[in-house]
Amino acid sequence: MNYFVDENGYYGQFGGAYIPEMLYPNVEELRRKYLTIMLDPSFQKEFQELLKEYVGRPTPLYFAKRLSEKYNTKIYLKREDLCHTGAHKVNNTIGQILMAKRLGKTRIIAETGAGQHGVATATVCALMGIECIVYMGEIDIARQAPNVARMKMLGATVVPALSGSRTLKDATNEAIRDWINNPVDTHYIIGSVVGPHPYPDMVARFQSVISEEIKKQLLEKEGTENPDYVIACVGGGSNAAGAFYHYLDEESVQLIAVEAAGLGINSGESAATSILGKEGIIHGSKTLLMQTEDGQITEPYSISAGLDYPGVGPLHAHLCESKRADFIAVTDDEAMQAGLELCKLEGIIPAIESSHALAVFKKKEFKKNDVIVLNLSGRGDKDLDTYINYFKL
Amino acid sequence: MNRINQKLEEDKKLLSIYFTAGYPQLNDTVSIIENLEKSGVDMIEIGLPFSDPLADGPTIQASSTTALNSGMTSEMLFNQLKNIRKTVSIPLLIMGYFNPMMQYGIENFCKKCAEIGIDGLIIPDLPVREYTEKYKAIFEKYGLINVFLITPQTSDERIRFVDEISNGFIYMVSSAAVTGSQSGFGNVQEAYFKRIASMNLKAPQIIGFGISNSETFQQATKFAKGAIIGSAFVNHLTKNGVNSISKFVEAIR
Repeated sequence: MNYFVDENGYYGQFGGAYIPEMLYPNVEELRRKYLTIMLDPSFQKEFQELLKEYVGRPTPLYFAKRLSEKYNTKIYLKREDLCHTGAHKVNNTIGQILMAKRLGKTRIIAETGAGQHGVATATVCALMGIECIVYMGEIDIARQAPNVARMKMLGATVVPALSGSRTLKDATNEAIRDWINNPVDTHYIIGSVVGPHPYPDMVARFQSVISEEIKKQLLEKEGTENPDYVIACVGGGSNAAGAFYHYLDEESVQLIAVEAAGLGINSGESAATSILGKEGIIHGSKTLLMQTEDGQITEPYSISAGLDYPGVGPLHAHLCESKRADFIAVTDDEAMQAGLELCKLEGIIPAIESSHALAVFKKKEFKKNDVIVLNLSGRGDKDLDTYINYFKL
Repeated sequence: MNRINQKLEEDKKLLSIYFTAGYPQLNDTVSIIENLEKSGVDMIEIGLPFSDPLADGPTIQASSTTALNSGMTSEMLFNQLKNIRKTVSIPLLIMGYFNPMMQYGIENFCKKCAEIGIDGLIIPDLPVREYTEKYKAIFEKYGLINVFLITPQTSDERIRFVDEISNGFIYMVSSAAVTGSQSGFGNVQEAYFKRIASMNLKAPQIIGFGISNSETFQQATKFAKGAIIGSAFVNHLTKNGVNSISKFVEAIR
C-alpha cells in the first residue's frame, strides 16, 4: 500500500484538484514548482535556519513520567506547543512564505478558524515584510478576539467572511475567491493538509519535520527510532500528518488519529468526519466530508475551534479507509478532563485540540512496555476562556 | 442534434441567462424559465444551488443559501422540471458544483437530465482531466454537452485543448474574478476578447462573468457568439420577483 501522494495528486481514491478553471494557472504553477523549490539546498538551508533560530526547533520529546505512571505505559510528548506562536502551525507558514517568495508573489492570503493559522501566517508575513490578508468567519472573529488582535498587531488585515455559516469553511471559500480575483501576485497559504493537490502534500512535507525529529530523539532515548504508537488529533490533519509522515511506511508503528466527537457522535453536534463523513468534494479535494444526503456541506461542532472542519485531509481519508490509522472520536467532556489532567500531572496546559489526543488514554489500554509518542500540537493559552467557562475557574 | 448545437448555428448573437433554482421562491423555477423564453432569451442556465459555491460572488451565494433554506435539492429540481419540455424549447443547461451531482450519482444525474430534456451541464469545479478520464463516456451516453471554462490566465495551449474536447460552446470567463464583481469592461478585457477571437477556435465562445447590462452585452458579443448574464438577473429577481422578467431582457437587447 502506498500512503504518499501519487503523480496525479491522489492518496488512494482521495485527493486530486477539483478547482474552477480560474484557479488552474495558480495551482498548476505551484504543482509544477513546489518540489523543485522545496528540494533546492538553498531553500532547505533557509527553511532549517528559520525553524531553528526563529521557531525554536527542535522541540523537545519529553518523557511524561507522571502521566506514564498513571496509565502504566511509556508516554512521550512531542512538544509542538513550545514552537513560536504556540503551535505546530508555524512550521508550515515558514515553509510557505519562503515558497511564496521564490514564486515571486508579493501578497499573502490565508484562512483561519480559531485564529492560530492566521496568527502563524501574520507572523511570517511580518518577518518577511509581505502584505497579509486573513479571512476569518464573522462568528469566529467574535469568539476569538485575542487572536484577531494578535493578527492586527502583526500588521495583517483581518477580513470577515460574511457568507454561509460564517465560520472556517466560509473563510476558506472567501480566501479561494480572493485568489480567483488576484491570480498573479498572490499566494494562498492554506493552513492544513487540505485543498487541491499539491497543498496536502506540500503542507505534510513542511510539517514532516515533527516525525523527522521524533525519530532522532527517540533513538537517543529508547535506542529505536520507532515507537509502538503515534497519537495525534485531526481536524484538517496537519499536525497528525507531520507526526505520522516518516512512520507511514513503518507498519510496526501504529497510528492513532483522534477526532472531535463534540457532544457525541450521534448528537448532531460533532466533527467526527471519519465516522459521519462521506466521500465528496470540499475545497478542491476529494475526501471524506460531513454533508447532507443532497451533497450540501454541513457545519460541524467541537468545543475546539481547531477541530471543527467538516472535512479531513485526503491523506487521512486514505489512512482511514485503508485502516493504516486507527480513528478514535473523543467528546468535548473527555477532552477537557484530559487537558486538565495534563495540567495537574505534568504542569503543561495543552491546547484543547491536543487535549483530544490526550483523552485516548482513557479510551484505549496500552501495555506497560509500549512506547507511545503523542503530538502535543499546541499550548492552551488561546483556550483559557474556554477552560475558564467549562471548569468555572 | 443537441438543441445547444442548433442554437449555436443560428445567425445571431445569443443571450443566455443564469438563475438559481428555487429563488426567490422555491417554486418559481418553471415560471422563470417560461418567462425567459417568452422574453426572447436564447438559452438558460439553471443554477443548482450549493452550500459552498467557490467561483461565485455574494449575489449568487446568497440566492443559493436562500434556495437551500427553502428546501431545494437535486431531486426537487428534477421534479420541478419534469414537464418543462412541454412548454419550453430553447436549450437548457444545469450549472452547478460537482459534489451534489456526485452524491446523486453521476450516472443517475445524467440520466435524469436526459429524461427531462436538459441539453448540457456546466460544472466549474470538475477538472477537464477528471471529466475526460472518468465521466465523458457517461455524458455522451445521455447526449449531454459538457461546457468548459477558459479565463484570461488560460494558456493558448490549454485553450486549444479545451477547444478540441468541446462539443458545444466554450464558456469564456471575462476576467480574473468571481461572478458578479465587475462593473464594465476595459482595455484589458477587450484585448483578451480579441486574442481569443483571433485564435479561430472551432467551438463558439460565450462570454460570462461581468455582463450586467446592454452595454457590456454589446461589448462582449462584438467578439463572441453570445454572452451570459447571471448576478445582474438574480439581483433583478430579488428586487422584482418573477413579474417583470421581460423588461429586464428587453433592456439588454
